[in-house]
Amino acid sequence: MTLNEALPLAVLASSLLPGLVIFALPEHWVGTRTTLNLFGAFAKLALVGLLLAGVSAGENYGFRHEVLPGLELVFKADALALLFMTLSTVLWLFTTLYAIGYLEGAPHRSRFFGFFSLCVTATMGIAMAGNLFTFFVFYELLTLATFPLVVHRGTPQAMKGGTVYLAYTLGGGALLLTGIVWLYGLTGAADFAHGGYLAVLGSEKAGQLQWVFFLLIAGVGVKTALVPLHGWLPQAMVAPAPVSALLHAVAVVKAGAFGVVRIVYEVYGVEFAQSLDLLAPLAVAAAITIVWGSFRALFQDDLKKRLAYSTVSQVSYIVLGVALFGPIGTIGGLVHLVHQGIMKITLFFCAGNYAEALGIHKVSEINGAGRRMPLTTAAFTIAALGMMGVPLTAGAVSKAWLMDGARAADMGWVTGVLWTSSVFNAAYFLPILWRAWMRPAPAVWPEEHIPAKGRRETAWLLLLPPLITAAAVLVAGVFAEAGWSPLSWAELIAGREYLR
Amino acid sequence: MTDAFLDPLPWLIVLPLAWAAMAFLMGAGRGARLAIVALAMQLFLALILATQVLESGPVTHVVGGWGAPLGIDLLADGLSVAMLLLTQAVALPLAVYAQAYFSREAGQFWPLAGFLLAALNALFLSADLFNLYVTLELLSLAAVGLVALGGKPAQVAAALRYLLVSLTASGAYLMGVALIYGVYGTVSIATLAPLMGSAPPMALWLSAGLMLTGLLAKTALFPFHFWLPPAHGGAAAPVSALLSALVVKASFYLVLRLALDVFPNLTALVAPGLGLLGAAAILYGSWRALRTHHIKRLVAWSTVAQLGYLFLVFPLLAPDGLALQAGVVQAIAHGLAKAAMFAAVGVLMLATGRDTLEGLAGVAHRVPLTLFAFGLAGVTLMGLPPSAGFLAKWLLIDAALSHGQWGWVAVVIGGGLLAAAYVFKVLRQAFLLAPEDSRFQPVPRSMEWAAFVLAAASVVLGLRGVELMALLAQGAP
Repeated sequence: MTLNEALPLAVLASSLLPGLVIFALPEHWVGTRTTLNLFGAFAKLALVGLLLAGVSAGENYGFRHEVLPGLELVFKADALALLFMTLSTVLWLFTTLYAIGYLEGAPHRSRFFGFFSLCVTATMGIAMAGNLFTFFVFYELLTLATFPLVVHRGTPQAMKGGTVYLAYTLGGGALLLTGIVWLYGLTGAADFAHGGYLAVLGSEKAGQLQWVFFLLIAGVGVKTALVPLHGWLPQAMVAPAPVSALLHAVAVVKAGAFGVVRIVYEVYGVEFAQSLDLLAPLAVAAAITIVWGSFRALFQDDLKKRLAYSTVSQVSYIVLGVALFGPIGTIGGLVHLVHQGIMKITLFFCAGNYAEALGIHKVSEINGAGRRMPLTTAAFTIAALGMMGVPLTAGAVSKAWLMDGARAADMGWVTGVLWTSSVFNAAYFLPILWRAWMRPAPAVWPEEHIPAKGRRETAWLLLLPPLITAAAVLVAGVFAEAGWSPLSWAELIAGREYLR
Repeated sequence: MTDAFLDPLPWLIVLPLAWAAMAFLMGAGRGARLAIVALAMQLFLALILATQVLESGPVTHVVGGWGAPLGIDLLADGLSVAMLLLTQAVALPLAVYAQAYFSREAGQFWPLAGFLLAALNALFLSADLFNLYVTLELLSLAAVGLVALGGKPAQVAAALRYLLVSLTASGAYLMGVALIYGVYGTVSIATLAPLMGSAPPMALWLSAGLMLTGLLAKTALFPFHFWLPPAHGGAAAPVSALLSALVVKASFYLVLRLALDVFPNLTALVAPGLGLLGAAAILYGSWRALRTHHIKRLVAWSTVAQLGYLFLVFPLLAPDGLALQAGVVQAIAHGLAKAAMFAAVGVLMLATGRDTLEGLAGVAHRVPLTLFAFGLAGVTLMGLPPSAGFLAKWLLIDAALSHGQWGWVAVVIGGGLLAAAYVFKVLRQAFLLAPEDSRFQPVPRSMEWAAFVLAAASVVLGLRGVELMALLAQGAP
């Protein structure tokens, strides 16, 4: 095995092995568990850094293993994979730190961190999957690894949320599997390739390929929370805050959106998909999801539920970008994969902080929280402004590229959808900000767990992660044109897809 | 002399017979230790046999030097070796498990288990229809004895029902064999195969029907499944594991052998019917598993459902054999996973002292390793990747799609979702918080690990499908 084959496996192992060891650790070995968690997170960061440097220099990283004659597990760390991997790895580190602080003293932490690590392993597998079969393997693994996290608290509501989550995701998995086996029957084994690999089948198989596309997109659409397949996401809110953060920013919904990207660009190929009339319906589905999610968010008083519906809407920006034929829309969609991640994880960290420190779970309870927890609220504000697309934030960059992409693709109605969504975004975020900063605080907080101590508004491990990710929201917006920005990397990927 | 002496084939039959007899004489304690050592040797022998078959094709052993028409031939091709490997691989961890499980009143477990394994190994190695009858009968008698082992009224009743079905079924099979002997004057599979013309006589139809019906009853294919849930759901945990994992697979193996080697023409006619019965088994068994509150019955009904998948291969057999591989992979995956699941359930029942789903609250915290084993086994039963059950499902869907038969695809997918529903019904319950007054008994670690090893094997095998396929290709028609 050469180094270029071993590196992708090492990336998987850097969270899988610590995870397996953590399962076996006694509950009170806090130090060992924390060390292992952080060791895994930093090792993965270093490995992904190596891969980034290599891929920029034109190296190829891959590994294959045959499980049945003609059926292979293929890992490939290409530019697109690295976009998702870098996002996941960096955010995993912060989420781990946050979770260590959040779960301090809580029961069943070995189980929690064990499945947490498995979940990230599955995400890495999804990112590096080099064919549909491998993608499916890790896609289902992600479902299995996240279920124990969703039901972690063991309460009846948690069980209900978990059951709904499973019903949706396993059902989606079944559709995805059918589509994949069908496609294997048509093409034989084939790897993801720039520009897709189905164009050679030509138009005579068009009908079948359209059905397969429907099955595949419906399959990944469940995790992407495309309307009407989004019902699980608000229900899964019962999970602890770090899990919600992970689900909404890094792992589950992103896995779905990433699947859409791979299927459109590297299975069908964007030009062939366009010739089969597949992109326009996808754009419509994304547009409906964007508007419906934002609309539903307006009426949620539960803070995490409001954020959940916001996720439903925002993730479909990625799908929309993919469905806009042309490189500009592609760049907008891909860059939003990263931008939505850092913005949404900040929001969930902050929501978790409000709940942990003050017992605030509802928008109506948040009055005056800005003066009691200024740093948390500042981070929340930056991320919320980013979601609205206010200039100088990451969200503005995504929206600008998506708007340009829509015009370039002659789909002017899409700009209308984006504006509508922005108005809704403002309508459900600004009241929160206004209440937090402007309204007077109540005499007693709902349930104050962490008393203020001097300038420290809550535990450091809970405070630092959202501050750093909020800063990243600004940096990604202000320095969007820098060579190392997510935008530049998305441009590199789009260039490889369109300029072959 | 030395060659015959070192040949693994006869040893795979003689060894279990020997330790069964020794265990009877030495008593449970030393008998158990002897059985474990001997089973490790059996597994080793099966592995040697597998490498031999992989390298140089099917292996024949002529017992006592007498050839086919007069004497007894033992034949090991890829299919039989795969089943032999499964048998020894399941039996060894289960023996470790049983040693701890039957700490005091071992009763006649070890001698009966020894006879059971000898019968299984002999069945997989037999090359003529009459020998197969003898091994089948021996297998059933040992299995019935094991079911009745605890001596509780419900167990005895289940065992008697099982005995009755088994004897009737064996009788039907034997009549079929007698008819064949009357027509062709031989019962050797190899000799019979070329004699089967395209227009078989009436007697052959009758014979095939009798043999098939008998074997389906023994495999507990819907609607012959009625004896299985009480027998498998009521027996001691290691016994349930042996029966569900191996014994029902033996009669399926025979159906497969007959269909492939003896009656290929007739099989094509009944294949759609077998597929439909399989589909009915999947749906009905899963539905009953979902409805029950008794945890072991749930696993037993799951066996009824999972056996259904085995019969989906028949309508998809021609022409590429993909479906045959799917059937064997499913048999192996289910064997490992179901042994793991019964073993895990046995641990959970010992730990909680209860046998209902409601009693499981809190086991995720108190018996995590066993619950993990249950979950892994569940992954295989649901057919989720990367398990061997997933490979079976993939091959089945692939075969069905390549024939354009969408109905079977829907059955396979739907069955997987139903399996997920009943597996997660258990897991959900396990993740609930335990009530304040619940007590958990400590369970020997060896039992927990035995369940885990079996479950892990069923998942890891999913990454080694290439080797399994190479083995199955040896001697395939």
